[in-house]
Amino acid sequence: MSGAWLSDAAIARLRLAAELPELGSSRYEVRALLGRGGMGSVYLAHDTGLGRDVAIKVLHDPAPGSALLARLQREARLLARLEHPGIVPIHDLLHLPDGRVAYVMQHVQGARLDQHLAGERGLEARLRVFLKLCESVAFAHDRGVVHRDLKPENVMLGRFGEVLVLDFGVAHAAGEPLERAGTVVGTQRYMAPEQARGEVERIDARSDVHALGRILAGMLAGAEPPANRPLRAIAAKASADDPAARYPSAAALRSDLEAFLSGRPVSALPETPLDRLARLYRRHRVAVWLVAAYLAMRGAVLLTTGR
Amino acid sequence: MAGGDTEIGGRDDRFPSTRMSAVREAASGDEACRQRAIGTLIAAYWKPAYKYVRLRWKADNEQAKDLVQGFFAGALGRATFARYDAGKGSFRTFLRHCLDDHVRDQRDAQRAGKRGGGAAVLSLDFAGAEAELAHLEPRDREDLDACFQREWVRQVFALAVDALRDLCAAQGKQGHFELFRRYDLEPDPGAPPSYAALAAAAGLPVTQVTNHLAWARREFRRLVLDRLRELTGSEAEFREEARALLGITFEEPRP
Repeated sequence: MSGAWLSDAAIARLRLAAELPELGSSRYEVRALLGRGGMGSVYLAHDTGLGRDVAIKVLHDPAPGSALLARLQREARLLARLEHPGIVPIHDLLHLPDGRVAYVMQHVQGARLDQHLAGERGLEARLRVFLKLCESVAFAHDRGVVHRDLKPENVMLGRFGEVLVLDFGVAHAAGEPLERAGTVVGTQRYMAPEQARGEVERIDARSDVHALGRILAGMLAGAEPPANRPLRAIAAKASADDPAARYPSAAALRSDLEAFLSGRPVSALPETPLDRLARLYRRHRVAVWLVAAYLAMRGAVLLTTGR
Repeated sequence: MAGGDTEIGGRDDRFPSTRMSAVREAASGDEACRQRAIGTLIAAYWKPAYKYVRLRWKADNEQAKDLVQGFFAGALGRATFARYDAGKGSFRTFLRHCLDDHVRDQRDAQRAGKRGGGAAVLSLDFAGAEAELAHLEPRDREDLDACFQREWVRQVFALAVDALRDLCAAQGKQGHFELFRRYDLEPDPGAPPSYAALAAAAGLPVTQVTNHLAWARREFRRLVLDRLRELTGSEAEFREEARALLGITFEEPRP
């Protein structure tokens, strides 16, 4: 009874080897496992033809004709339709010798949003990232696609500051059949109440807006300087329980946030005179200080010279 | 499910396999069948059991050797397997509890001045297992349950590697195994080889290297799953182990 001792490193390599997708005689050489999700695993691979690294998402289930198979193929086609700098581009669709289906996409080098936030506390920098995220989601919505699983883990920040939305595995495109009523799709922490209840027919762009609101709330937490009332109101409006109370689209959410950043009133917060003063002060801070300095100087001159 | 995971409603599926569960066969009335099944279980469990007894029961190597011999050669009878209820937990946990009971009984008997009834001697490489103890890390001594599980996984993989080597030898595919060894099993830690480098070294086209490696990996995966099929007592336990060891999930959305 043998069984020579294997190191932990060897076990890890063997695990990977047993899991590795067979790419046959394709031009892709699998290097490492990047992550594992509900539908499939994502591998780092090298495109030997073009000499660049790519990511390959491979479906777990090799059963032909499975619903997951159709879902992955649909995801690949859907990504191909969503050509936008903020949505990870797809390069190829593969049928592996073992019957599994995979698609090849850009290997985004950078950090996931949740990892990025750990090292970036600046409020305005965080908001700029969020604006880009809203822009990508708004683009998908314009194309009739609802992501349905937006969360920090599905957002990557690239090396050049680009913000990319990943994993459209459970996205829904307009005109496609819906899941059976009661099916819960998404991630509990970020999913809208209608998603959590499995009300699949009520899920629309506003469900993504809810997730964006949750993400925004997470980005405001721990930011420096702390978020003020208008910002918190924007996050609260986006993540309202009632879809009708949310922003109607990611574009509307983005627009309100831009209004905040440029010192204009936001739709999420009816202004009191005090809010208005505070906003105007933030917007014209330099001018206010210049006028105050001038007045102080004039006052001093008046007091000392009497003129 | 953790709050951070994507949910997709799923249904159960099954893994195809021609292997029978040795756990169930060990409880059968057919003595030849039972002995074969016990042999399979011993091959997978004796090393984890030896290391566990050394650590958990602080037995010296001679005591641990006797306790493990006695456990596998005698105490692990048909009645033991008949007691196993797959619905209550994994066979691995059950077996560990049986081992604990056995050690406790033996120690009690020793204190009472009784001598154990000379169990049959199994041909096991205890010196090798003793040497492997040196590889254990501090975490292994802190969490013995996890240690037992890790050592079991190590042994399952080691047996699958042996089986793959034998299969390659039987089919004249030693070259396939060599590629598998150099790329997946024991790559140069400083410079893991590329397919192109392996192809150049073996005098093969790169496509052949990828095909050979794909075959070896597919067989290795099948051999691991075969071992898991033998070492688990139910479909659910098998699926759980396959998921834990190889990351295999066969979930599908509800129709």
